Amino acid sequence: MSLTRRKFIFLLPAAAVAWKYVLAGTPESAPNYQTTKHWWGMLMDLTRCIGCGNCVRACQAENGVPDGYFRTWVERYHVADWHMENPRVDSPDGGKSGFPGALGAGGKNFFVPKMCNHCVDSPCTQVCPVGATFESQDGVVLVDPKYCLGCRYCVQACPYGCRYLHPEREVADKCSLCYHRITKGLLTACTENCPTGARQLADLKNPADPIHEYLKTHGVQVLKPHLATGSKVFYNGLDGSVR
Amino acid sequence: MKGHNDAEHLFRLVAVFAAGIVIFLALRGSLVPRSFGQYGPYRGDALGEIASRPISYAGYQVCETCHSDVSELKHTGKHAHVNCEACHGPLAKHADDPASVVPVKPDPAKLCVRCHEANQAKPRSFPQIVAAEHAGDVNCRQCHRPHHPDFGSGAGK
Amino acid sequence: MGVDGFMYPNEVELQWSVLIVLYPYLTGLVAGAFILASLERVFRVEAVKPTYRLSLLTALAFLLVAPLPLQLHLGHPERSFEMYLTPHRSSAMAMFGFVYLWYLMAVLVVEIWLEYRRDIVLLSQSTQGWRRLFYRTLTLGSTNISERALQIDEKVGWVVTIVGIPSAFLLHGYVGFIFGSVKANPWWSTPLMPVVFLFSAIVSGIAAVLLIYMITSALRHRETDMRCLDSIARYLFYAFIIDFSLEMLDLIHRIYEADESFRSLDFMVHTRLFFSQIVVQILMGTVVPLALLALTQVVKLVPAARRSIYGCASLLTLVGIFAMRWNVVIGGQLFSKSFLGYTTYKMGFVAREGLLTAIVLSLLPLAILAILLKLLPPWSEHTA
Repeated sequence: MSLTRRKFIFLLPAAAVAWKYVLAGTPESAPNYQTTKHWWGMLMDLTRCIGCGNCVRACQAENGVPDGYFRTWVERYHVADWHMENPRVDSPDGGKSGFPGALGAGGKNFFVPKMCNHCVDSPCTQVCPVGATFESQDGVVLVDPKYCLGCRYCVQACPYGCRYLHPEREVADKCSLCYHRITKGLLTACTENCPTGARQLADLKNPADPIHEYLKTHGVQVLKPHLATGSKVFYNGLDGSVR
Repeated sequence: MKGHNDAEHLFRLVAVFAAGIVIFLALRGSLVPRSFGQYGPYRGDALGEIASRPISYAGYQVCETCHSDVSELKHTGKHAHVNCEACHGPLAKHADDPASVVPVKPDPAKLCVRCHEANQAKPRSFPQIVAAEHAGDVNCRQCHRPHHPDFGSGAGK
Repeated sequence: MGVDGFMYPNEVELQWSVLIVLYPYLTGLVAGAFILASLERVFRVEAVKPTYRLSLLTALAFLLVAPLPLQLHLGHPERSFEMYLTPHRSSAMAMFGFVYLWYLMAVLVVEIWLEYRRDIVLLSQSTQGWRRLFYRTLTLGSTNISERALQIDEKVGWVVTIVGIPSAFLLHGYVGFIFGSVKANPWWSTPLMPVVFLFSAIVSGIAAVLLIYMITSALRHRETDMRCLDSIARYLFYAFIIDFSLEMLDLIHRIYEADESFRSLDFMVHTRLFFSQIVVQILMGTVVPLALLALTQVVKLVPAARRSIYGCASLLTLVGIFAMRWNVVIGGQLFSKSFLGYTTYKMGFVAREGLLTAIVLSLLPLAILAILLKLLPPWSEHTA
């Protein structure tokens, strides 16, 4: 069963409302949005990722991510035969300009997009000394840039390497699941711009969301399950060599 | 009372500490942001601030409201699920005021190969070519319509 | 670029600099110096009495400087007070702010005040000008130094020290926990971390007081009390054996279990961390001082020889324990959490978090100690 964007019927009425709110440069809040009615996650279908880097570029454009730092990035893997513990991996500039050449002849090769996993038991939230990073009631781990001290404890505590210190603002920064978009019924910038449907936003509290059927019919994994972070980014086709 | 006098300095010490704690608590009342703790151990206002950030990508449904002809064509071809801004870039400003921002047509020679240049890590089933062998220096648009790339011949919208 | 293999893109740049190496080093010296002081106060080890007040002042000097590397490291130091206003209770770092404050105010400052109260009162009456004002403020308005009052001070001081010992353990054990509780980092994540940090703190603190005692005695042209020095050296030796055993236990355990991180960490220790870990921390900083101290325990040497050995061993120990902090903090960031690559630490010199800043901050406590020794002399004219 393939996940088509047509199935996002629930988004169409929201789109009409969203259009009114799409005022670039003029901040608007989302008065009809109720945090308790949503529980956000993401689906990564690795059988579809082509490593085009559109998501990385889109995220940068949407969120003003500084060069050299990444809210999302794509990794390329080369696994030789049965050697699952030593894959060859690269991510040139996060995959922003694609992946030239090859990592090695033959073997198994694939792409893995990565981002903040918006963990339910998020280790970064646990260690923040002041409550500048937190998990919202709709399941998004966010950073409050006005309150953050820039101590970088959260950067150390994240097992996935998805956080960084913003070089100008000197506060912690990371993927916000395009909170400013999803609260208005829009898709995240990466989902919107993925040409193959490898990245899909999922609302786990919405019974009509296709994610529920997908999870029932596919074997999905999360990154580093042994750390029990409660990651909500689900991968289809995640090879055992992925770190 | 002599016993009391001999320990009096200790009471003074305790008083200094107590004063310190009182001052701290008073300061705390005025310095902690009002919305802190509203939804959890964080500043409640942060949610609204984050949700109000400006938007750069309008989203495909918005494009379709004006460009329905293109979207109808696209929906019958292989690029049905490639959203408009994936190729045309962020255009929320254009959607808000079409005249103010005129989108630049992307150059197929640079754009198409980003996805379709052959790479061993891409899924086998994904249509990919070695551009130099496939078309030499012929522009992709000579044969493929970007909004409906499967044949269909001729250049055009 | 300085990257070998693969690192997650955001991991290439190190987040915690040499200043974050310095911070546990300074608080470690505090805890160690205090433990030495408490040996006399609580365990009645008479021999170390000449260094009692010196230990307390050393602890205070280092504790006052300890927050500075943290402040310089923060992206927004002006917001650091938020840790006291809205501490996130699950965060070890936030809770540590209170442990630090408790230890500074309720333990160290109170203990020093009680110990020095008689001197403070006398000085408030015998000095002039701003010094008189300073001492008068410290008396808190009470000039009672009768026998009874001093006896009460003695008893209360004893209780404060009793409370102070677990507080000192908590002070530095907590720093170890800040690292040890990070499950994302296998170089840090171990229950042994608080214990290792604590014992290495005790070792460094004792070594620091021993050196400072020898140096200040030399500057004052006074003989050092050999019985005191021998005693301190013995405690240094015992603490070192425990510290070394703990570090060896961690190492052997890692090698034996060889979990998914092992190969990557092992490679890192043999390459990027070789000099600081094998050469400086283990050989120069642990094996050599242990051997030197062991020598003084089994062979009867003349005082001059013992003094030289103690001085040498203490200096090497201090360097070695700094290297240990370096290896934990910097080492923990040199390898990728994908276990597939390594990066390099680019330490600036004249920069907010550069080497020069670290050097200045390391010397600052000594400057503060010099002032404290003038304001609150640990010795009267007649004693050593």
